[in-house]
Amino acid sequence: MTRRSVDSENPDRLYTVTGGRSRTDDTRLDLVALIVAESEPTAGMQSEHVRILRLCQSPVAVVELSAYLELPVSVVRILLSDLLDAGKITARHPRTGARRGTSQAALTGLAEFPELPESELLKQVLVGLKNL
Amino acid sequence: MASTADNGLKIVIVGGFGVGKTTMVRSVSEIRPLNTEETMTQAGVGVDETTGVEAKSTTTVAFDFGRISLNEQMVLYLFGAPGQERFWFLWDRLFSGTLGAVVLVDPRRIADSWYAIDRLEHHGTPFIVARNNFGDPVHSLDQIRDALTLPEDVPLIDCDVRERESSKNVLIALVDHLYALSHAREKNQ
Repeated sequence: MTRRSVDSENPDRLYTVTGGRSRTDDTRLDLVALIVAESEPTAGMQSEHVRILRLCQSPVAVVELSAYLELPVSVVRILLSDLLDAGKITARHPRTGARRGTSQAALTGLAEFPELPESELLKQVLVGLKNL
Repeated sequence: MASTADNGLKIVIVGGFGVGKTTMVRSVSEIRPLNTEETMTQAGVGVDETTGVEAKSTTTVAFDFGRISLNEQMVLYLFGAPGQERFWFLWDRLFSGTLGAVVLVDPRRIADSWYAIDRLEHHGTPFIVARNNFGDPVHSLDQIRDALTLPEDVPLIDCDVRERESSKNVLIALVDHLYALSHAREKNQ
């Protein structure tokens, strides 16, 4: 595996790619949210947007897009936000069935693991792992 | 990945430098491990004394990951988190929404794992500890448990992450543990 460093790249590139923006609403797209293209690239579209639409013919996680595009995750999130807003892609968000932050859990002392997934989902994960 | 995939799940592997995180990702991943970077802006790291303006510092952290398709819908991503303490803010992000974590321990450098365990406990992320054996173990698992002051209810197992079956068994041990915790909680509700 070859390591590369986005950091050592020309910062102007990152600035141009994002139009100078440095942050987006991070909570909207998890690292493992699966992105699917909903339309074809069109003429005049920014080249990174075109690449994302081509890569996402079938589902691809945000973090994988970041690796393939050789851009930091934060930059990819900004690009994806644009495409989401334009309706060019959809995002399939992770679901673990975690009952996070319920007041009942806090009261009964079950807040030790606030994001513990539901057992049914874990059972399916176990089956998948054992079948590998 | 299947076109029907609609649920991305995360497991994080933490541990000191060179303990075998990337090796473990590689041995079970269905794709060659990928590498990417996250840039973090930390506000308030220091205050510029001449202007009184809060300084911001940007840090870039690289991390590896791999992928396992569990079924037509579920895809599991394995993240190897860099071990250095100064990257705690990336850990907290990776831990968020994760199923659970594996702490890989190098038996020759047990102290390297203290910080990871502390951080996981602080974040409320369930985990197991796996001792990655490079050759014959010198200590018993009980000795390792003592050295880590690990509670009895946290599973501690041996592994050799160069072996696919062994790495797979570590993941199964983690999810077994998570299932037991979740099942117990649901029964009590």
